[in-house]
Amino acid sequence: MPAAISTEGLVKSFGQTYALDGLDLTVESGEVHGFLGPNGAGKTTTIRILLGMTRADEGTARVLDGDPWSDATDLHRRLAYVPGDVTLWPNLSGGEAIDLLGRMRGGVDKKRKAELLERFDLDPRKKARAYSKGNRQKVALVAAFASDVELLLLDEPTSGLDPLMEEVFREVVQEISDREGRTVLLSSHILSEVEALCDRVTIIRSGRAVESGTLSELRHLTRTSIQAELVGPMNGLAQLSGVHDLREDDGRVRFDVDTDQINPVLRQLTEIGVRSLVSQPPSLEELFLRLYEPEAVK
Amino acid sequence: MKTLAGTSGLIRLILRRDRIVLPIWIVFLVAISVSYVKQYGDLFPTPDSRVKYASNAGFITLYGELSGTSLGEFVTWRLGFVPVMIGLISILTVIRHTRVEEETGRRELLGATVVGRHAQLAAALTVTLGANLVLAILLALGMHSQNLPLSGSIAIGIEYAGTGWLFAAVGAVAAQLSASAGTARGIAIGTLGAAYILRAAGDTSAHTHGPLAWLRWLSPIAWAQQIHPYGQNRWWLGVLVLAATVVLVAVAIYLSVRRDVGSGLLPDKLGPADGNLGSPLALAWRLHRGLLAAWTVGFALLGLLFGGVAKGVGDMMRDDPGIQEAFQRMGGASGLIDSFLAGVMLLVGLIASAYAVQATLRMRVEESSGRVEPVLATATSRWQWAASHLVFSLLGPAVALLAAGVAEGLAYGAAIGDVGGQLPRLIGAALAQLPAVWVLAAIAIAIFGFFPQLSMVSWAGPVICILIGLVSAGVATASWIRDISPFTHLPSLPGGSVTAGPLIALLAIAIVVGFAGLIGLRRRDLPA
Ligand SMILES: Nc1ncnc2c1ncn2[C@@H]1O[C@H](COP(=O)(O)OP(=O)(O)O)[C@@H](O)[C@H]1O
Ligand SMILES: [Mg+2]
Repeated sequence: MPAAISTEGLVKSFGQTYALDGLDLTVESGEVHGFLGPNGAGKTTTIRILLGMTRADEGTARVLDGDPWSDATDLHRRLAYVPGDVTLWPNLSGGEAIDLLGRMRGGVDKKRKAELLERFDLDPRKKARAYSKGNRQKVALVAAFASDVELLLLDEPTSGLDPLMEEVFREVVQEISDREGRTVLLSSHILSEVEALCDRVTIIRSGRAVESGTLSELRHLTRTSIQAELVGPMNGLAQLSGVHDLREDDGRVRFDVDTDQINPVLRQLTEIGVRSLVSQPPSLEELFLRLYEPEAVK
Repeated sequence: MKTLAGTSGLIRLILRRDRIVLPIWIVFLVAISVSYVKQYGDLFPTPDSRVKYASNAGFITLYGELSGTSLGEFVTWRLGFVPVMIGLISILTVIRHTRVEEETGRRELLGATVVGRHAQLAAALTVTLGANLVLAILLALGMHSQNLPLSGSIAIGIEYAGTGWLFAAVGAVAAQLSASAGTARGIAIGTLGAAYILRAAGDTSAHTHGPLAWLRWLSPIAWAQQIHPYGQNRWWLGVLVLAATVVLVAVAIYLSVRRDVGSGLLPDKLGPADGNLGSPLALAWRLHRGLLAAWTVGFALLGLLFGGVAKGVGDMMRDDPGIQEAFQRMGGASGLIDSFLAGVMLLVGLIASAYAVQATLRMRVEESSGRVEPVLATATSRWQWAASHLVFSLLGPAVALLAAGVAEGLAYGAAIGDVGGQLPRLIGAALAQLPAVWVLAAIAIAIFGFFPQLSMVSWAGPVICILIGLVSAGVATASWIRDISPFTHLPSLPGGSVTAGPLIALLAIAIVVGFAGLIGLRRRDLPA
């Protein structure tokens, strides 16, 4: 099956600023793909290009095997979108907005809508003006999840939801991905959410993808921190490649090691003789902090 | 005064945001007013000619009654539309800096800083009242520099600023009533419209010694006008206007402490849980229907008003042999009334073009609020989305013009006992304005399509055409200037002859420019 989304070398500039600077992104059919990056990295711009609202200056983009710009209308029958900042028509009720968006996409499943309203605990009779940010977001989420589409584009969809609703959101995404095999592109800042939901992630910085892969693949890019009590002197440790921030005090050493260099380092340690050893796996936070930092770009 | 903390900061913010618009309005209105002194002094040098010019019933409806024959009084009378514009601008400024700020949530952001409960209202009123004061001073100096008496020049400044102050206060009250800025604007502008109509009806009745002259004392516009600058200079009416302003501001403050930030006094009702909107057109209908209804009712009232006074115009002129002779050449009394009605139709057409631009720019409102994104992310194409809005910006003015034509035909037909004959003539005359209205709508579409950030520039179309209309009605104007306005190329109906050429040319321009704009819209980023 072809990839649900694939872009190559997308470039988009707004005057002097480059929002996208050669972005490659591949989302396979049926996967939940995390799309991460610091504020202003270009996530929203990418999603707008995938929706055919913004035209890329350079590069190619394919969505569900169509051209997002010229086939926009047909593609939109097969996808749903939840913007990060939902604005609604002040004098329409939430229920009306959900039905409107659903119908313009090709139909609403009444039962599904009722079920989702119930799960998200949303009163559809209130006018949009009376909704909080989280409730406006729920309106957009219910409209998207209630429609029978192959692909969902979600742009930071949970930034206004409370933890309870965040949990409901995760359940629903898991259901539609596991049971119904739909594809989801989820732009998000919430690491636990990404960890719980995403099969693969792409991390973008300054308009370019800096890493892409499964979470365990990405974990290999980071460092494991090690504390050891050694029998002998720590000969040769400092010279090994992949060892960072080596410190010693009173026969105990601490250092970080690149996860893919861990084997030669352990060999060296056992050669010296180990009395005790504590190893701490890399946390996702560390991974992202490192990739978000400007120096991370190679 | 903790409730006013932060007012000065907010005032600076408002001045920063309006630093271009407010000075332009002030200078523009003062310049227009001052320029009228020489123009109208030259055109109508004698008291006789002034009285004759001002006895036209149409003019009395538009500007009020002439209070005396001195040049100052004559010019003040002819400028009768300016206070209404000042009232409108004052309303829009106050609401823009109070209710709009609340509706968009910016007030909340600021309100969490050291800003007192009344600071926003106080700042908006201070700037608006201050701008009116500046206008009044510049106007008094300008008028006096044209050799008009100082006391009268101060009095006309008070008339203008007083109207502005009073309607700024009306805007402040309206802003407390509804949580929606649109509704608040509607309430305040509706009040202004009602005041204008009461003034017009009262003045017309007073001039024909009718029984309804007292109506004008219900209208704040008339209170300020009755100051009679350069004549009696009735200062106590200025005090009345000021007192009314103070009362309205007090009411606004009273209301504002009785509600929460972001909410209104008129409650929000619950809506339906399920919707039956299912197409871009249905959505557009929902978004445009309020505007369409308001304009249609307004146009019907205009039609009734002008249709009702048209017969009186003929009666009044018939007493004057000179004018009679002039109009005999144009086709007798019916020719005279027709030319009056044609002038009214032009006015109605010009106003309709403002509606057309407003309705077209709804697309920009939808775009910049971010509401267009979820719609275009469905199976709705840009064409469909734009077309569903254009149905209302093109056919909406047609409906409103039709209402004006029907109302005017009924009122005038009833007055002369010929409804069957007048109704179709006046409907035709009203609808004949459409090609020019559509040209201005098409220009707005093109600007929106190619330069969305400049969408507001579309208002230049109706404004320029109205200016050309106002100026060339009173003063000989170079023909190339008049030719800029598409309205110049319309037949003068009822009564005039119709040639298809210009109408077809205008329609062709509207179609080409409008389609070009839609192509621009299809090619650009959206939202941009
Ligand atoms: N319409 C626009 N005009 C100018 N600059 C823009 C526009 N849209 C986005 N940008 C810029 O492009 C960059 C990427 O923005 P965006 O895609 O919204 O980032 P993200 O969604 O990852 O936070 C930012 O620097 C932003 O300021
Ligand atoms: Mg974003």
